[in-house]
Order: sequence, then C-alpha cells, then structure tokens
Amino acid sequence: MNIEFEYIMILPVLLGAMLASALLVWWERRLLGWWQDRLGPNRLGPFGVLQVVADIVKLFTKHDWVPPFSDRVIFTLAPTAVVAGMLMGFAVVPYGPGLYIIDLNIGLLFFLAMTSLAVYGVLLSGLASNNKYSLLGGLRSAAQMVSYEVFMGLSLMGVVMLTGSFNMSQIVEAQRDIWNCIPQFVGLVIFLMAGLAEMHRLPFDLPEAEHELTAGFHTEYSGMKFGLIMLGEYLSLILTCAMTVTLFFGGWLGPDFLPPLVWFSLKTALLINFFILLRAAIPRPRYDQLMSMGWKILLPLTLLNLMVTGALALWMET
Amino acid sequence: MEIVLFYIAGSVSLIATTLVVTRTNASHALVYLIISLLSIAVIFFMLGAPFAAALEVVIYAGAIMVLFLFVVMMLNLGPGSVAQEIAWMHPRMWIGPAALTLTLFFELVYLITTQTAVTSGVPVSPKAIGISLFGPYLLAVELASILLLAALIGSFHLGRRYMRSRREETE
Repeated sequence: MNIEFEYIMILPVLLGAMLASALLVWWERRLLGWWQDRLGPNRLGPFGVLQVVADIVKLFTKHDWVPPFSDRVIFTLAPTAVVAGMLMGFAVVPYGPGLYIIDLNIGLLFFLAMTSLAVYGVLLSGLASNNKYSLLGGLRSAAQMVSYEVFMGLSLMGVVMLTGSFNMSQIVEAQRDIWNCIPQFVGLVIFLMAGLAEMHRLPFDLPEAEHELTAGFHTEYSGMKFGLIMLGEYLSLILTCAMTVTLFFGGWLGPDFLPPLVWFSLKTALLINFFILLRAAIPRPRYDQLMSMGWKILLPLTLLNLMVTGALALWMET
Repeated sequence: MEIVLFYIAGSVSLIATTLVVTRTNASHALVYLIISLLSIAVIFFMLGAPFAAALEVVIYAGAIMVLFLFVVMMLNLGPGSVAQEIAWMHPRMWIGPAALTLTLFFELVYLITTQTAVTSGVPVSPKAIGISLFGPYLLAVELASILLLAALIGSFHLGRRYMRSRREETE
C-alpha cells in the first residue's frame, strides 16, 4: 500500500460518511414513519429525499446563539470533538480487500480510543453550557459511556483471541470459514448493546431524555453547532455498524457475484436499519436499570465469554 | 520528517502541561491535560510503541480523564473557585516546585549529554507486550490487579454503608 493511495482514500471516505449520515436523517424518519403507520417526510423530491437539503439549509441559516453565561471557547469546541473523534474512527475500517485509509496493527484499539475520545464532546458541551439540564445530561452520559466502554472493549477481545491480531484486515480474513457472529454470539450481543449505549440513541438515550432533561447536554446548542452534534451521532451509528460488520459479520466477505465493497455496504445498511427498528420497538429503561444491568449482568457475562473463548482457543491449539 | 513531527508533538505536550499548571479554571486545566496526554501518545507512536500509544489514549485520555472531568462537573465549581485559585497562585508559591523541577531538569540535561540514546526506536508489537507482561512481569501484573480489587471492594463497602444510612434516614 503506497502513501498516495491512502491520501486518495481519505476524500471518498469523508464524503461517503457525511453523505450517508445526512441521508440517514431522512431515512430514519421515513422508516420510523412506515413502522409506526404514518407517512414521515414524503413531500420534497422523490420519496422526500430532498428533505435532507431543506434540513441542511435550515441548520446553516438558523441563528447560532452562544449563551452569554456559557464557557465560550469550550462551548464552541465541544461539538467538533464528537465529529472529529468519529471521523478518525473511520480511518481503520476496511471497506474491501486493500480498501482502507490506514492498516494499523492496533486498528481495533485505535477504534476504541477514538470512540472514547468522542465522550468528551458530550461531557464538555454539558459542562460548558452552564445549565443544570445540560450538566445532568453530561454527567449521565459520562457515567453511562465510561461504564459501557469497559465491556465494549472486553466483548471484542474474544474476536481478537480467535484472530490473534488487532489488525482489522486480518480479523476479516480470519472469518473466511465462519463469521465471528456464530462462535462469538455473546460477544456480538454485548457489543451491540454497548455500542447502543455509546452512541446514546434510543432506547439508551438517557443523556438527552427529553421528558426529564429537556434535551440533555445539547439543550443550549443551536444552528450548526447543534447540527454537528447530530452529525456526530449519525456518524457514530454508521461507525458502530461498520465495525460490527467488520468484526462479526465477515466485513467485505461474501459470494462472488457482488464486489466486496457492495457486500460491506449492504451489510452495514442492514445493520443500521436494525438499529432504527430497535429505536421504534423498545422503550427506554430507567437510568439506574441501565447502569445496574451494565455492571451486574453484562460485565460478568463478558468476562465469562472471555474465559470460555480463551479456554476453547487453548484447547483447540493443543 | 519524523523528527519534525516529534518536535511538534513534544512542544505541544510541553506547552499544554505548563498551561495545566497555570490555569485557574479547573475544566480548562483538564482540557489541556487531555491534550498533553494525546501528544504524549503521538510521541509513543513515533518511538515504535503503538500499543502503549493506544492504551495511553484509551485509558488515560479516554477513561481516567473522563472521571476527573466527571468529578469537576459534580463539584460544580463556579467563579468562587477561580478566585480562590488566583489567590493561591501567588509568586511565592512557585519557589518550591521550581527548585525541585530545576533539579530534575539538570539531571535530565546531564543524562542526555552523557548517555547514548536509550530509545533505539525498535517497534514493539502488542503480542510482545503481552508475552512480557504474562512472562517475566507476571508478579507485577498480579500485584496491580490485587490492588485494584482491594480498591473495588473498599469503594463498594463504603458505598453500601452510605446507602444503608440513607435508607434508614428515609424510613
């Protein structure tokens, strides 16, 4: 892999991620409408696709208000931390054989590092807003994301054990015979739940639960800063799905009649739809339920999964 | 090229660390500390220790600093604490730390001028770290985990007593 090619890859990945998250705003509303037996945005353009353009124009032209009581510098910088962290995470995703920005030998750890940095966007925006709803939302998200990060990382270690590497391309290659979702089913379920808590979408959107916290950490945000926070959330949805596909569903592997990139995109899109369905189907748990489920059920289960996987891996080797 | 990157990351970490000490607003100081840790991770990466770099970001910047920030948010420090901090930042306060730091600095300069480079820049793979951690350094790993377990049990015990007294109050 020469350096020039890596630079060329950056632009399509950036554009693709941005475009996909913009389209997702419309797609999510449309799907939710369909599942909840209503229409959703269907007026502007074919099937309402141009609603995206209208939304973006609205975000750009809205009054971008910075509250006078806030910590101006941090308030302005916090939304960029969300988006920057998520976009960095896309660098290690293998989109096809040889199609990646960087092939790090610590690819998986890099992804975990970048998602853990994205927490700061939420935390700092809650702190800098100087508003009690924002502060409570920020506190909640800090506790939630730090707790779920613990076994998000641990749940992936089973995959690492089976592959013997943190390298994303090697993890995909190791799934030629059998996708990791079968031997690592427990890991997959835990990773999906942890991912859901990390991207704090419904049903785990307690940092911004509107019935109790107005809008949580982004109560004070308006205009394009709010847009950036939303963009970060959609990016994290796409990134988590892309990672799940890479780690558990064979990445770009698939029968030969479609090119690898198409397989990868199809699987990711399917998984994104699954997450949207979860949003429509499952009610939000109470905050203490979420935390105690994390520490008392998911963490021991992850450790057990890790132990069994390790024992089996050793047994198979001898 | 690499030496330029090294000096950029190094100076970023130096400036950020200085700012951590001199900031009066606790949350600003924490943000600079995060930046300092990230630049140190970049230095680790360039020295050929990508695993250490990743752990620096995941654990220090991603988890421990989040908890620090969490505490700062819980304390809800206002302008009062900034004023207090300014009062503490009296020039006389700097004499002791400056003397100690200078001692270390001279020692460092002496070591750099007399010794040959200790960092040969050999890349260390994650596997090699795992093998050395669970081989020659197994005892240290076990001791560290016992310490963490003790801390865990201790905080659980304290928290349970607090919850019990709260429950009795409400009853």
